[in-house]
Amino acid sequence: MPEQTLTGAQIVIKSLKDQGVDIIFGYPGGAVLPIYDALFQQNDIKHILVRHEQAAVHAAEGYARSTGKVGCVLVTSGPGATNAVTGLLDALCDSIPLVCLSGQVPTHLIGNDAFQEADTTGITRPCTKHNYLVKDVNQLARTLHEAFYVARSGRPGPVLIDIPKDVQFADGTYVPPTEVKHKTYRPQVKPEIARVEEAIELIASAKRPVFYTGGGVVNAGPFAAKLLTQFVKLTGFPITSTLMGLGAFPASDAQWLGMLGMHGTYEANLAMYNCDVMINIGARFDDRVTGKLSEFAPGSKKIHVDIDPSSINKNVAVDIPIVGDAGAVLEDMMRLWKARQKRADQAALKDWWKQIEGWRARNCLNYNRTESVIKPQYALERLREALRGKEHYITTEVGQHQMWAAQFLPFDQPNRWMTSGGLGTMGYGLPAAIGAQLAHPDAIVVDVSGEASFLMNMQEIGTAVQYRAPVKIFILNNKYMGMVRQWQELLHGSRYSNSYSEALPDFVKLAEAWGCVGLRATTVAEVDEVIEKMLAVTDRPCIVDIAVDPKENCFPMIPGGKAHNEILFGPEDSPSNATPEDGMVLV
Amino acid sequence: MEDKIEKHTIAVLVDNEPGVLARVIGLFSGRGYNIESLTVAEVNNADHLSRITLVTSGTRMVVEQIKAQLDRLVPVHKVHDLTDEGPSVERELALLKVAGTGEKRIEALRLADIFKAKVVDATLTSFVFELTGTTAEVDDFVGLMAQLGLVEASRTGVVAMSKGATGF
Repeated sequence: MPEQTLTGAQIVIKSLKDQGVDIIFGYPGGAVLPIYDALFQQNDIKHILVRHEQAAVHAAEGYARSTGKVGCVLVTSGPGATNAVTGLLDALCDSIPLVCLSGQVPTHLIGNDAFQEADTTGITRPCTKHNYLVKDVNQLARTLHEAFYVARSGRPGPVLIDIPKDVQFADGTYVPPTEVKHKTYRPQVKPEIARVEEAIELIASAKRPVFYTGGGVVNAGPFAAKLLTQFVKLTGFPITSTLMGLGAFPASDAQWLGMLGMHGTYEANLAMYNCDVMINIGARFDDRVTGKLSEFAPGSKKIHVDIDPSSINKNVAVDIPIVGDAGAVLEDMMRLWKARQKRADQAALKDWWKQIEGWRARNCLNYNRTESVIKPQYALERLREALRGKEHYITTEVGQHQMWAAQFLPFDQPNRWMTSGGLGTMGYGLPAAIGAQLAHPDAIVVDVSGEASFLMNMQEIGTAVQYRAPVKIFILNNKYMGMVRQWQELLHGSRYSNSYSEALPDFVKLAEAWGCVGLRATTVAEVDEVIEKMLAVTDRPCIVDIAVDPKENCFPMIPGGKAHNEILFGPEDSPSNATPEDGMVLV
Repeated sequence: MEDKIEKHTIAVLVDNEPGVLARVIGLFSGRGYNIESLTVAEVNNADHLSRITLVTSGTRMVVEQIKAQLDRLVPVHKVHDLTDEGPSVERELALLKVAGTGEKRIEALRLADIFKAKVVDATLTSFVFELTGTTAEVDDFVGLMAQLGLVEASRTGVVAMSKGATGF
């Protein structure tokens, strides 16, 4: 292939096309004008103009998480790049593959405190998997292709490329992706087979086993989720998952125990506490999951499968570490399990399930059903029924509504659930919903939201209107930052310092101001009707304001610093002895 | 066993590119790891490779984390724990400026001779000594010079290499 001479801006566009990018989320500015000009002169890549750069990154996350592809972002220098920082860290924490292009002041002005100059690579270094500053136009294509490779390989993550404006104007040579091979970065995908053999032996000997799976399975692709489901069915073991892993195993299956962790189910957490063999696939022993470390699954042998060696033995020491891609490891596990004609200890498993069924009978997600006020759980149950059998994607903001959504909305497939798990970014859900909706125009996309989180990025309604993305914003409006209020109630003597949502807008009028549909439910009887109306809107966004019980708290709950067997089930559990002093300092 | 603090010398081969040192240092400060010393220089001009030698301390679990985190950085080629991987030699170089006259000056020169330190600059009232040795040897010499008019010390920190024929 003959060498092609293009401008830097044209090289950027051509690289993106060759990487299969069809949508890029961005916001123009002085330092990226050449790239915007090149975008204008082509039709293959659709640019989605957001209203704030943070939302561009979250939208790209929603796009990436719902498609399995790399999300793409374009922002200008200085404030454009700094606004993107929260989104980049969010993607890093949740291992979402992104490539973010930022404009930079011309190379001769770097370091001069020029207008809209920021040390973007310096600022984003701890917020990205890797980043680059490209000072030579002839390195631009290579760097872009490398960036996509790094973003999607191994443990996925965001990669930023800072491109000075003069480099965008300069003429340079294009190289196609096939000619670019990264010098060093070769994450281990295939596991060490001896370790998998050890794991198989341990699994076969288990009396009280539990699968504990995470976002790593989702990131490994639908094939990995399918293998997980087959392997779990083959063994007959119970399975629980982290917030990020929901959907990798079908929630409608009898072996599913629900989510684990701080707001996980009683049966999931007690199965973890009492297990003798824990099979962790693609989860990272996060503090929201483990609770008190010294009492985490105290009598268990642990297998940990992770593509990132630094996740292994970080918080919890494990017995059998396996570095590799979740799909590749599951494939080997299945193959060996079958070849060696392994079978779980059926008698022990029967007893174990009997114990688990006992915990399940506690019905820990039960809540006080009343006709007098809409319980948030009820609204989600009705949403669940209305969505049954329909192609849908759910995003959330952060807080009580997020945990309720994880508890009450079932996912039978991966890539249907998008939430900010690691960083816990309020304002994530609406832009993520827009990203998911643009990737799946015919599906129903619902952002389960709280009134406080919604306000954080509500400007993105404008984006949704502009691109006719009929996202549904399902606000569980309790007039409080509910999770903050809940912690203040449990830990700070019910002193509700600054957690009341004062001066809220009329969400129905707000929707109408944007030309969207606004709906409101204030009584239990109205909930179904409002959901039905919401789902009927297909040509524009719809904001639904559900006035829910402002006092409702999210249970079950393991307070910070407590172990998995010390669970609060509801308001009847005295908050006074809920949390030890050392737990209070934990977040 | 988990809580015992161990001192480890780690050698890291990295691409010599802008920001690579910031990545390594940022990793240590951001995650709260200790750096006792760190040296860096290009060792392979043709392939633009630099070698970082760092001395760190922590529990076994923390040291393992440090190595895994270093290895995870995209421009890092290799991470070797020289403390774990068998016998190695460690050296550092120090320049020490010692000022004084009379008996102290003579004593400083005598000790320099015992430690095989070289005089790399001399005036009527001062010396600059160059000493290469283990950290302990340098510490000892610095301790003695401190009593004989030590004005200034500059140390490179540890560079290290495994013993035997096998390369990095």
